[in-house]
Amino acid sequence: MGEVKLIATTQSLFCARIQWALKFKGVEYEFIEEDLRNKSPLLLESNRVYKKVPVLLHNGKSFPESLIILEYIDEVWKHNPLLPQDPSERALARFWAKFSDEKVIFGAFGACRTEGEQQEKAKEAALESLAFLEKQLEGKKFFGGEELGYLDLVVGWIPLWLGVMEEIGGIKLLEEERFPLLHEWSQNFHQIPLIKECLPPRDNLLSYFQASISYHRSLAAKKP
Amino acid sequence: MILKHFHKLNHISQILLSEMSGLKLHGAWVSPFVFRVKWALKLKGIPFEYIEEDLYNKSKMLLHYNPIHKKVPVLVHGGKPICESMLIIEYIEETWPQNPLLPNDPYEKALARFWVKFADDKGPAVFKVYKSRGEELEKAKEESLEILRTVEKHGLGDKKFFGGEEIGIVDIAFGWMVHWLGAMEEVGGVKLLESDEFPRLHAWINNFKEVHVIKENLPDHHDLVAHLKVLRERLLGQSSS
Repeated sequence: MGEVKLIATTQSLFCARIQWALKFKGVEYEFIEEDLRNKSPLLLESNRVYKKVPVLLHNGKSFPESLIILEYIDEVWKHNPLLPQDPSERALARFWAKFSDEKVIFGAFGACRTEGEQQEKAKEAALESLAFLEKQLEGKKFFGGEELGYLDLVVGWIPLWLGVMEEIGGIKLLEEERFPLLHEWSQNFHQIPLIKECLPPRDNLLSYFQASISYHRSLAAKKP
Repeated sequence: MILKHFHKLNHISQILLSEMSGLKLHGAWVSPFVFRVKWALKLKGIPFEYIEEDLYNKSKMLLHYNPIHKKVPVLVHGGKPICESMLIIEYIEETWPQNPLLPNDPYEKALARFWVKFADDKGPAVFKVYKSRGEELEKAKEESLEILRTVEKHGLGDKKFFGGEEIGIVDIAFGWMVHWLGAMEEVGGVKLLESDEFPRLHAWINNFKEVHVIKENLPDHHDLVAHLKVLRERLLGQSSS
């Protein structure tokens, strides 16, 4: 099938979802750790427009953008499908993936990195977006149904990454009473061996978000 | 006389066919996102019923079908709503595979999706030019030029269309550049797409506008400009200079 390489960082939630997908499909790959403060020629060449990770390399071609990579992986390795077969179910899964990436991630990060009144406002928006996700789990063990699917991988940042963001930001978003389904899902998700294998060490993430959130807060403090 | 009856019969048969296919498109005449879906349906010859929404007085149906974003377009097929213009087009492509809009090859498909996402993500940044002024306008201009330069340099290559010899999903995604960008430049009093800096995009725009389905389905330029002027005044609180 050709060699598969993944240009990534261990702490990026966008990269984790690709590792999960490859392992889910039983695809062997080489993990190329990227230093984002000193980007490699390989990365710059493989993702000329955005210069970001993850980038999948396969058969001499490069594939940036995590959601697009997931669809590519699902098309090339057809066993253990990630996306549903039915077109309207697929449209729904893609809709929630887009929603999660546009509203939930940045909403949650926004709530965690701000302070005071700004944080209160951001918290409201983040909680609203999480409520929409909670609803999607009604009657299901995973977003994909009985088994893991595409949307579980896309939303898979929540159990670890959100927890770390909350800790550094000094804020609690995913309260168990408010989001029982997401809580239960988080626990089921983290039990899965292939998921656990690709999680970065919590300490690494703590340092990363400590630096990132401090930086954002210091910028905000400087503004008139 | 015969022609008039023909058009009437054609219109009735379209409604009947759309009843059978159960396809409704909720849209607004100004929206380039709605036109994307219209073009896709017409390129595939799929009949549908079009429902014009008043964006200042959204119908109960629209709010029911798209409770999260409350936006157009929404495609309703057999009672099931699909939202987000490019997701709607992927749905259309999977349900009605004739006259394909996406390439078959997985790599080419991924490349097409990359540019679709780029068009979607960056469009709003370019739209800012009609509704900014002063320092904000300068910033919007700079950002827009960077975006256009990226497409000019990396997106089109030497092809006639993003889709190759025929238009495809990426051409449709960039459709806002064809008609809406010109109107926004006029209202904002800026010129972004100079032909000497963007020869490929200029050629692409001319070719795209000549495609029959596109030519027959574009909003009136003057109506669009007038509408954008009103929006600009509403947002900036003064008559446009």
